[in-house]
Amino acid sequence: MKEVVVLSGKGGTGKTSIVGSLAAIAQSKVLADCDVDAADLHLLLQPVTQQKHEFWSGQVAVIDEEKCTQCDLCQDVCHFDAINDFNVDPISCEGCGFCFHICPDEAIIMRENLSGHWFISETKYGPLVHARLGIAQENSGKLVALVRQQAKQIAEKQGFNYIISDGPPGIGCPVISSLSGANLALLVTEPTLSGIHDLERVIGVCHHFGVPAIVCINKYDINEDNTRQIEDYCLGQGVEVATKIPFDNVVTEALVEGLPVVEYSQGKVAQEIETLWQRISRAL
Amino acid sequence: MIISVASGKGGTGKTLVATSLALSLKDRDKVQLLDCDVEEPDAHVFLKPIITRSESVSIPVPKIDEAKCTYCGKCAEVCAYNAIAVFPKHILTFPQLCHGCGACSYLCPEKAISEEGKEIGVVESGYSDSLKFAHGRLAIGEAMAPPIIRQVKEQANNVGMVIIDVSPGTSCPVVEAVKDSDFCILVTEPTPFGLNDLILAVETVKQLNIPCGVVLNRVGVGDDKVEEYCRKENIPILLTIPLDTEIARLYSRGITLVEGMPQWQESFLGLLDKIWEIVNERGSGTKR
Repeated sequence: MKEVVVLSGKGGTGKTSIVGSLAAIAQSKVLADCDVDAADLHLLLQPVTQQKHEFWSGQVAVIDEEKCTQCDLCQDVCHFDAINDFNVDPISCEGCGFCFHICPDEAIIMRENLSGHWFISETKYGPLVHARLGIAQENSGKLVALVRQQAKQIAEKQGFNYIISDGPPGIGCPVISSLSGANLALLVTEPTLSGIHDLERVIGVCHHFGVPAIVCINKYDINEDNTRQIEDYCLGQGVEVATKIPFDNVVTEALVEGLPVVEYSQGKVAQEIETLWQRISRAL
Repeated sequence: MIISVASGKGGTGKTLVATSLALSLKDRDKVQLLDCDVEEPDAHVFLKPIITRSESVSIPVPKIDEAKCTYCGKCAEVCAYNAIAVFPKHILTFPQLCHGCGACSYLCPEKAISEEGKEIGVVESGYSDSLKFAHGRLAIGEAMAPPIIRQVKEQANNVGMVIIDVSPGTSCPVVEAVKDSDFCILVTEPTPFGLNDLILAVETVKQLNIPCGVVLNRVGVGDDKVEEYCRKENIPILLTIPLDTEIARLYSRGITLVEGMPQWQESFLGLLDKIWEIVNERGSGTKR
């Protein structure tokens, strides 16, 4: 069983649209939406939820006013400036428990935190594991790890060949959690200067964690000079450019219909995504 | 005044709006742009600032003096992030997991733990003409963006306008960047993805008690559900930007909208006037 995770560095380059189409093309796979703080894959795959679970993670400090003697020690030691006027700001609190351990009056309790939910759903393309991080919550990396672990269990139990994971933008905590131990990263980029800048950083992260990468240049015809620059850069980095997808409004039209673009149109975009899956399965 | 530019969904045009807003205003007011998307900072690609200062960002991680350590296990017990493991005659630290809270060194009965700075990124500052600029960069392979965001925000001066470019999403880096703003612009696009993520972003800024308004980008394809939602929720649509290949081309070359199409400056100044109105109204409302 092999896992490909789709990343991009820069947001909005087309990760989820492409994963939706790969879901429709690939056989024998589990889908995982690892963009837990702005998950969108369900909008293309129309899942029917079969299991819903709570995600309890981390703690938040709460001060018991009755016991608190306002000695100020907790405010002094908190590295996150989360305590003001003997009140804990739950959004700034990182749940370290430093205040809880040092309070001489035992006036601080650590409360378990419901950080979100995760789901196992059925779609017409196969099982989907997805999640919803609570608003303004932390621990997105842990939730991503949980989603991937569940996807892996389903794949193993049911004998599927692939896990296709839709990753988050950026290069930080949830990206690292999506990437570590995956077999391949598909990096979706666009030929803009900011797209190139961000691609370079996400290739750096793949190298850092030793995960092989291939690149898809989306909307390549928006700026063909930049597309060539990406191709040259990838060549220098030893990273294959697997496909170039043209800009086409059908991608948005399909999205409005709630369909993967390969199910909506048989044009050039759909053909390129078919080629992309061949390249991915070969690289895996 | 501090205005943050956020979005939920990535790639909707946050940086386009933040840079053009800053440039439109710079002849009228003192303006500072802080790029707090420290995982993928891009505003410099458009503003091409001259960087005059660079400072490293580090978080305190534990350094164990094994000569003093008795392997009592107190540090591992108090660490909420499992960043320390203690064995009968050995101790291991995992700096990648450490949040730098300082509990272990403070609570070690043998005073065997000191705090050592571990570099996780840099903050660079400078200017682009009369515009002041700062951004942060998370080092490759590092996970924790919020400490860098905090340090970028420390660059904010208290005069004039501060515009904050935020990373996509709704979790801790977004909260860290947006909190303490007077207003948050949410940039989205008229698609189901744009709407889904806008709803999440609206909930986030509501939780932070920050007023918000929407900039709707790439209007022309897609549907009108975002507009419906905004009407229903009473969220003002402050500006719409059409789907236009010329705008996309300028963007791809790293040229800001107001530099490539100066006629947009007026629209961005209008956007700002609407924000002033909302913020002032709200200010007088709370005074009453």
